Amino acid sequence: MSLRYDAIVLGAGIVGAACALELARGGLRVAVVERDAVGSGATAAGMGHIVAMDDSPAQFALTSYSQTLWAALAAELPPAVEYQRCGTIWVAADDDEMAEVQRKLLFYAARGIAAEVLDAQALADAEPNLKRPLAGGLLVTADAVLYPPTAAGYLLQEAKKLNAVLMLGRTVIEAGDGRVKLDHGSTLHSPIMINATGALAPDLMPGLAVRKRKGHLIITDRYPGYLRHQLVELGYLKSAHASTADSVAFNVQPRMTGQLLIGSSRQFDAEERGVDRAIVSRMIDRACDYMPGLASLSAIRVWSGFRAATPDKLPLIGPTDDPTLFLATGHEGLGITTSLATAKLLADQLLNRDPAIPFGPYLPSRLASGQVTQSPPAMDAVHA
Amino acid sequence: MPDSIQMFVDGAPITVSSACTVASAIAIAGRNCRTSVSGEPRGPLCGMGICFECRAMVNGKQHTRTCLILCEPAMEVVTT
Amino acid sequence: MSPGYDTLVVGSGPAGMAAAVSAAETGARVGLIDDNPRAGGQIWRASDKPGPQHGLASTWRSRLFSSSVTLLQGWSVFDQPDAKTLRAERQGLTSDFSYENLVLATGARERFLPFPGWTLPNVMGVGAMQAMVKGGLPVKGKRTVLAGSGPLLLAIAASLKAAGARVLCVCEQAGVSQLLPFAASLAMTPGKILEGLLYKASTCTIPYHAGSWIVEAVGDTQLRSVTLSIRGKKRQVDCDYLACAFHLVPNIELPAMLGCAIDNGTVAFDDFQKTSQPNIYCAGEPTGIGGVELSLVEGQIAGLAAAGQDAQARRLFAARTKLRRFSGRLAQAFALRPELKSLPRQDTILCRCEDVPFGAVSEHSSWRSAKLHTRCGMGPCQGRICGAATEFLLGWNADSTRPPVFPALVSSLMKSAHGDRASRYDTTTVT
Repeated sequence: MSLRYDAIVLGAGIVGAACALELARGGLRVAVVERDAVGSGATAAGMGHIVAMDDSPAQFALTSYSQTLWAALAAELPPAVEYQRCGTIWVAADDDEMAEVQRKLLFYAARGIAAEVLDAQALADAEPNLKRPLAGGLLVTADAVLYPPTAAGYLLQEAKKLNAVLMLGRTVIEAGDGRVKLDHGSTLHSPIMINATGALAPDLMPGLAVRKRKGHLIITDRYPGYLRHQLVELGYLKSAHASTADSVAFNVQPRMTGQLLIGSSRQFDAEERGVDRAIVSRMIDRACDYMPGLASLSAIRVWSGFRAATPDKLPLIGPTDDPTLFLATGHEGLGITTSLATAKLLADQLLNRDPAIPFGPYLPSRLASGQVTQSPPAMDAVHA
Repeated sequence: MPDSIQMFVDGAPITVSSACTVASAIAIAGRNCRTSVSGEPRGPLCGMGICFECRAMVNGKQHTRTCLILCEPAMEVVTT
Repeated sequence: MSPGYDTLVVGSGPAGMAAAVSAAETGARVGLIDDNPRAGGQIWRASDKPGPQHGLASTWRSRLFSSSVTLLQGWSVFDQPDAKTLRAERQGLTSDFSYENLVLATGARERFLPFPGWTLPNVMGVGAMQAMVKGGLPVKGKRTVLAGSGPLLLAIAASLKAAGARVLCVCEQAGVSQLLPFAASLAMTPGKILEGLLYKASTCTIPYHAGSWIVEAVGDTQLRSVTLSIRGKKRQVDCDYLACAFHLVPNIELPAMLGCAIDNGTVAFDDFQKTSQPNIYCAGEPTGIGGVELSLVEGQIAGLAAAGQDAQARRLFAARTKLRRFSGRLAQAFALRPELKSLPRQDTILCRCEDVPFGAVSEHSSWRSAKLHTRCGMGPCQGRICGAATEFLLGWNADSTRPPVFPALVSSLMKSAHGDRASRYDTTTVT
């Protein structure tokens, strides 16, 4: 087996898988190195929401571009990926939040995203298990959900058809200067190495501005028809939580099996693996505020995972100071959504193609130069 | 001496002993506990509350492990 | 919230009963918690009527009911919300139980290996069939085949026959040459159970085939017939029930979740049955499958040690050593043959919760990868059934130690007692 490749992707999560496929389609000979199983990091831990996020122009550009890419791919995705255009409802509990609904509607409408305001009755009709009364919500019909590990698996399977090589069970010890050193002793060579290791990215690049942001989810047994849309609360606007404190938000997602995913939680400086019962308790409390019936559903499993968070909530897509090393990480809770666009933008940079959207806002160099300010707390995304 | 009680399995009344588990009552009623996710008929496998194959709705509560529950008067059991 | 037990015992089978009684008889405040409606665990379900287990079971039952142990039947333990507190659910109610010392006597479950048709209704485990009969399943005149492996097969066959079932045959996968040394060694091991087994074997006329196993179960909405491989020859047998299981798997999920060190699939323990976690003891099958008598001795040692009675506990060490040697011989005698690995076809369901076929699972190179990509092991049984099968079929270590250890209500996962919804439910259940 040759040890030289045109590109080596570090990490077979959904971002790495998307990058591998895009580069393989561009004619490159690609290797993907993964220490565990395909999609076993944040890809396994997250919900799998595909959402057009409006919390900043750059975030919107990336997520809506990527959402379009997913929609174009939908017909080819095998059933195991469970792609479902169920839509998102942003739930408003009071008049202030309904004002936010109107603001979001205008924002989406100006950009061609179909959205519909639901009043209290329409919200109750759309989701009968929500508590009443709530003020209403915004239904965004193009949003979708899927099951991330098999989505990553599908992308890699397609990459392998284009002769990409997948190396599972291999840990990268060092990456730089065109060389990737693996734990069992061998070294791979490539002029292009892409760090797509998510929250573990700083292990290979000390000092990288990516922090672990812990999240939890609960999955229930099957209750077909209980929930029809992805539901996210707008209540974070009033929350006392700054963007760096522990926080929970109401966020539930239906799976095609009829199981519900209940989230979400966010914590910095919580680096231990394992379920944090205190924050799970708060998360359930919040969820039951909106959907009281959740309390009596059967919970099969609870788990935690680490999102890769950057200071300005935008991912790192592009070159580093090392001309052979590139980044595709820092996606926080939007990795599933933006994986396809990330791959496109990175490939555009590497292959000198015209990008569909400007990639400037996502360049890693923006952080080094100090051009980035912390975004205000109210803009903290609350989706899982 | 255990009492004789009447309960309902899929709407049909049956009479069983109060020492009877709901799983056994379902069998006595000639029914299977549940249908699997791909449509297969299923019944108890482990008999001790571990396999979850004996699940049915008991008095409105879904996903109840019937091998762990004793029958009670007027209990309503619905198989899937 | 309970006022707190000096010793809380999880599992009311032989080990748990022995631990609870031993601790209570020293004056300690003891609670005995179990998710089944009645005390006795799995192995003693057969024991209401005269038979090999009857003497032991009734002795211990009397001691239990005349002791001060608080019986907490029907409670399913699923989490440890705080140090020295276990949380359990009982038919929609949740309660916390606090303790100074904890004895885990969570027993074992049967090992199921997939074969074509194993998911048909009326195909169940061996102990399972006994549990169903004890739970009221009428078996009079029902044609029953037993298959799989382990000394339970014959014991349960005899018990089913006594209940009126037409037991057609018993198929033990271990070959005669494997079993003979074990049978000969029985004479060296004292024990009423074993003497009883031999007695039953000699008086009972159930055909017993060694070196034989199930090939396929056939039926539509229920089982209609089975195909057996009897000493190399295929034979089809029409029947109403198939009781099939392959020995036992220790229930180590709760000990693992509590942080107890696990050594080769069993809970690690010291001379006093203490685990690697402070104030947590383990007794019976989770320390290694060893049968009723060993469970009783380990349970007594754990209960006495938990109550600070080390000297009394020490007196049982010799008995434990002897019984442990027996359990080693048991494992050797009934070791599973490699032919069983070829029983499932590619389309035979492996994960029954999610209906994942064996072919889909075997494409993967690890349990984690198989779980993530096929959903095998992601259902309510949390991989207990398919995980044990996969360990044998594919050599994977199928572990899962996150809370909840059993599915629980979403509300039960909240940290503190949920206001007026929580209620403490104490009961002394007389069977």
